[in-house]
Amino acid sequence: MITSAIIGSRRHRLVGLLVIMAVMATLSGCGAGGNWGWYVVDPTNPSGWVNLKFLAGGFASTILLSIIAAISSITIGLLIALPGLSERRGLRLINRVYVEVVRAIPLLPMLFWVFYGLPQIFKALGLDITINPFWGAVITLALSDSAFTAEIFRAGIQSIGRGQSEAAQTVGLNYLQTMRYVILPQAIRRILPPLANQFIYIVKMSAFASVIGMQELTRRANELVVTEYRPLEIYTVLILEYLVLVLIISQGVRWLERKMGADERQR
Amino acid sequence: MSDSNPHTEQPLITMSGVNKYFGDFHVLKNIDLTVHTGERMVICGPSGSGKSTVVRCICRLETHESGSIHVDGIELTDDPDSISAIRAEVGMVFQQFNLFPHLSVLDNLTLGPIKARGMSRSDAESLAMTYLERVRIPEQANKRPGQLSGGQQQRVAIARSLCMEPRMMFFDEPTSALDPEMIAEVLDVMVELAEEDGMTMIVVTHEMGFARKVADTMVFMDHGEIVETGPTAGFFDNPRSARCREFLDQILKH
Ligand SMILES: Nc1ncnc2c1ncn2[C@@H]1O[C@H](COP(=O)(O)OP(=O)(O)OP(=O)(O)O)[C@@H](O)[C@H]1O
Ligand SMILES: [Mg+2]
Repeated sequence: MITSAIIGSRRHRLVGLLVIMAVMATLSGCGAGGNWGWYVVDPTNPSGWVNLKFLAGGFASTILLSIIAAISSITIGLLIALPGLSERRGLRLINRVYVEVVRAIPLLPMLFWVFYGLPQIFKALGLDITINPFWGAVITLALSDSAFTAEIFRAGIQSIGRGQSEAAQTVGLNYLQTMRYVILPQAIRRILPPLANQFIYIVKMSAFASVIGMQELTRRANELVVTEYRPLEIYTVLILEYLVLVLIISQGVRWLERKMGADERQR
Repeated sequence: MSDSNPHTEQPLITMSGVNKYFGDFHVLKNIDLTVHTGERMVICGPSGSGKSTVVRCICRLETHESGSIHVDGIELTDDPDSISAIRAEVGMVFQQFNLFPHLSVLDNLTLGPIKARGMSRSDAESLAMTYLERVRIPEQANKRPGQLSGGQQQRVAIARSLCMEPRMMFFDEPTSALDPEMIAEVLDVMVELAEEDGMTMIVVTHEMGFARKVADTMVFMDHGEIVETGPTAGFFDNPRSARCREFLDQILKH
């Protein structure tokens, strides 16, 4: 199984997996007498194997979509956080308005607005830009998440004492250099856990891309359900697919934290 | 003490009629101050009297509302060029060290020279090692600030400022955060800087032994005003104002 890839030596991880496998075993055990049809996703069954490969084929676009959206969200979030830390009221207002407005928009309406509405604006402006489902989803996820990353960055930067930027200024660094070499490297270590949460949130919310026709994990599961009519079995596999992704991310973040934590302990 | 100081040329630092407010609070009241090249000035006074604020205004960590500040002939204004020109001449040492905790000692020292002065890494590192030897901790170059004692950290902070090769150094209570046994090692470095390099210095401190030994000029501040200023000997032997005398009595009792 795919899940074996993530079995670490960590005991709690193993326990988690055992529970999942037990649930699966119970469910498939029920199949013997009941109304189950695990054959549709049974890797030992030829057509089940084809179906599984079809479902897993969505990993690439879900992952690509999430990574591009997360990188964009972090970039936009940082650019929105910086004016929020300014001493000028006008700049702080830009930050407030952006965060409050974007944070208030539910993901699905935003997705429709970007995918169906934005092209109209482009057309009105005489621009020949079409938005395919992939980029529609990237833009929506990035924008929607950026309001949260902006707040995370603002809190993280504020948590670094004023003395750090003062010291940086007195050794001649300008604003951008101070951020780049002194403030952000320290802030990032502190905001890594909430940023990781946001990344997981993006991975999960990427499922909405299925409604505008993007061929990611959820879309493929939906399509398979239509032909096989086995929602329980197929959606169970779908959920496990997300679970695998999220567990891999948590593991990666933990590794990063340990690496940075080792740095931190030397302080 | 330096008597090689004719005080005839243009002063290095001039503050005239400087006022500053924090909201409604009038923190600096009509401050006039001149510092000449090579002069060592010690500022003392009770807590909250505005000592740090004076020093921070000169390196533009705070802005003043009225009056003027000139450093080496350049007036401090909002103009970013004047601010960076002045910062290039001024080194600042803080009570809390403010070292960069995520960087090694060596990288703390080379960051300014490399990024702000465009020096090559190898030149910056040899410069940094020179100053680490000056403050007598070259062997700590690859450690993180957090692995050093307070006294060592403050000496790194002094070396970091010196790496920018400033014309004047400001110290804001450089030993107040230190355990007593580490105060001497930091003061020794500062005395050397004054006596061997003839560095122009403004030092906010309550270390009166250091002040007597090094300072040319003493300044006593209270409630945002300069109450008394004058040559060191006269200042200690017969302070003119009652407030200053009281303060000195208090502090010298310990
Ligand atoms: N950023 C600020 N905002 C508002 N008030 C401030 C600020 N910084 C300093 N103050 C106030 O200004 C006054 C003078 O502060 P300053 O730090 O210059 O005093 P000081 O003489 O250095 O005192 P200390 O010996 O305690 O360091 C104090 O009453 C302080 O509370
Ligand atoms: Mg102070």
